[in-house]
Amino acid sequence: MAVREVVVGSRIGLHGRPAATLVRVAAAQRVPVRIAVAGQEPVAASSIIAVLALGARGGDMVTVEADGEGAEAALEAVAAVLARDLDAESADV
Amino acid sequence: MSEPLTGLGVSPGRTAGPLYRIGPPPALPDVVPPVAEPAAESEQALAALRSVSADLDALAARADGTAAEVLAAEALMAADETLAKAVTAKVEVGRPAAWAITDAVGEQQRAFEELGGYFAERAADLADIRDRAVARLLGLPMPGLPSPGEPYVLVAEDLSPADTALLDPSAVLAVVTVRGGPTSHTAILAKGRGIPAVVGCPNVLALTDGTVIAVDGTLGEVRAIDVSEAAAVRAEAARERALLAEITGPGRTADGHPVPLLLNVGESADLVEDGEGVGLVRTEFLFLDRTSAPSVEEQRQAYVEVFRCAGGRPVVIRTLDAGADKPLPFLGLPEEDNPALGVRGLRVARVRPEVLDDQLAAIARAAVDTEADVRVMAPMVATVEEAVWFAGRVRALGLPAGVMIEVPAAALRAGRILEVVDFISIGTNDLSQYAMAADRMNGDLAALLDPWQPAVLDLIALCADAGRAAGKPVGVCGEAGGDPLLAPVLVGLGVTSLSMSAPSLPAVRASLAGHTLADCQRLAGLARDAGDAASAKAASHTR
Repeated sequence: MAVREVVVGSRIGLHGRPAATLVRVAAAQRVPVRIAVAGQEPVAASSIIAVLALGARGGDMVTVEADGEGAEAALEAVAAVLARDLDAESADV
Repeated sequence: MSEPLTGLGVSPGRTAGPLYRIGPPPALPDVVPPVAEPAAESEQALAALRSVSADLDALAARADGTAAEVLAAEALMAADETLAKAVTAKVEVGRPAAWAITDAVGEQQRAFEELGGYFAERAADLADIRDRAVARLLGLPMPGLPSPGEPYVLVAEDLSPADTALLDPSAVLAVVTVRGGPTSHTAILAKGRGIPAVVGCPNVLALTDGTVIAVDGTLGEVRAIDVSEAAAVRAEAARERALLAEITGPGRTADGHPVPLLLNVGESADLVEDGEGVGLVRTEFLFLDRTSAPSVEEQRQAYVEVFRCAGGRPVVIRTLDAGADKPLPFLGLPEEDNPALGVRGLRVARVRPEVLDDQLAAIARAAVDTEADVRVMAPMVATVEEAVWFAGRVRALGLPAGVMIEVPAAALRAGRILEVVDFISIGTNDLSQYAMAADRMNGDLAALLDPWQPAVLDLIALCADAGRAAGKPVGVCGEAGGDPLLAPVLVGLGVTSLSMSAPSLPAVRASLAGHTLADCQRLAGLARDAGDAASAKAASHTR
């Protein structure tokens, strides 16, 4: 199993739009990608509801994992989206 | 004219017109029909969700910008595999399609609400998906926007992203909702379209369709008026907008008492020419998304850019304001049960002084490289000892040092703190949170977090008095600094400068220009004498 740790780049976290972008990228991969926050069971990264329910905030460390052929490439794609600040244009706090 | 209903003003502006409520959500019949064939029943439920998803995608294609993105995300939710599994599980225990969706959505909404903040507000997306799916399954009309054929004030329990996205600014004069907070879709989209909006207004649904109401999105007030008054309210609002745009120049009261109006900025991009300087540079942007601290040279370049935009104007730069509530991975801070009261702001610098020293070195070099009049301040200072520690490090580099007053302990000892620093700047958001013991992130506590709370005004007055005695500046750089109603009160309390985001500037400038210093002092006295926040606001508004 391929595993990778990523820091959530979006300032507010994986809510509405950043979550949607992640889910679309995850759903487009050849293998299922799972995502977890510390201390919890991994969930499908292709489910927006499951991703939102993680409650991951900006700066949190999340773990993504996948099995089988193409797992590394899938994680690469998902990790790149996770690390980006997709909240960049939202109001600052 | 009746007593006003009050809520939270989230999109400024005034208007008036007849109110129309959004169509009611479809209701489930009292009698639950039996499920004959679970497999077929759950297929029916999933088909309804799929078509809701397709409808939302179609709406997204008609919308643009943020609205389109919000709708596309909702479409994704309607077609979600986790939701589908939960619905199927409900059907398997005997719930018919519409009931299964209602139950599954309810459970998911509770999970989101427990997460709070932005996540809690996604509960409205789920409610919309449920209503659309249930309407489809039971053959009931789709919930949606009214079309009364005249410009109207839209009133609703809460707006779904679909409603907000389809909102036509030429037909909708204003929006008033029972639920929703400052970060809800309603707030964000209304502000984006310049439609006045009031959220968190619990009694508005008691008014009947067609009632003419005046809405004030700045004050957060809604009141029923006579139909003959509506045109006058709209005309006056238009006149006010035109007047605001005409007043320019430095901030001053009607009798010429200067009150520098400064800007709160993140990166240099948000610096505009209008302000008389920068009252708050937030430096967190440099540190976000980092697994290691940015180098002194990288920081120097970023600060040079910000300082250059300021020209020769004063710039107050705040050192890194991080903590468990605004976590930065490279700091490696442990998780805390109560981050708002934990290791944050200057407390982080006490644990990791090398991060502060690098930042100060970069600021000092950038200051030498530019014309700007640079001052440095620390966030989240509680004691005189902390202020001494910080000021020593800043002054060693030849720069003036100040601290933010966000902790009531620091406000109470402002006099002693001003003996050891060059200026103070009041962060009203945190000061309110700590003075009122009310979590800033909790929308239900909005009333306690109101900067009009007389206790908060008393703390600000303490700081201003201390500043006057010491002959040192006392600024305000929280949200309150950009509130045109509060601005004269703050000046009356003795605050010497106001710092705000650029869009708030014209209204604050105009407000000060309309009051003499004596007016401001009288308003400040009235507000402090009031029994609570609402009467403080009312007392100084009606003069």
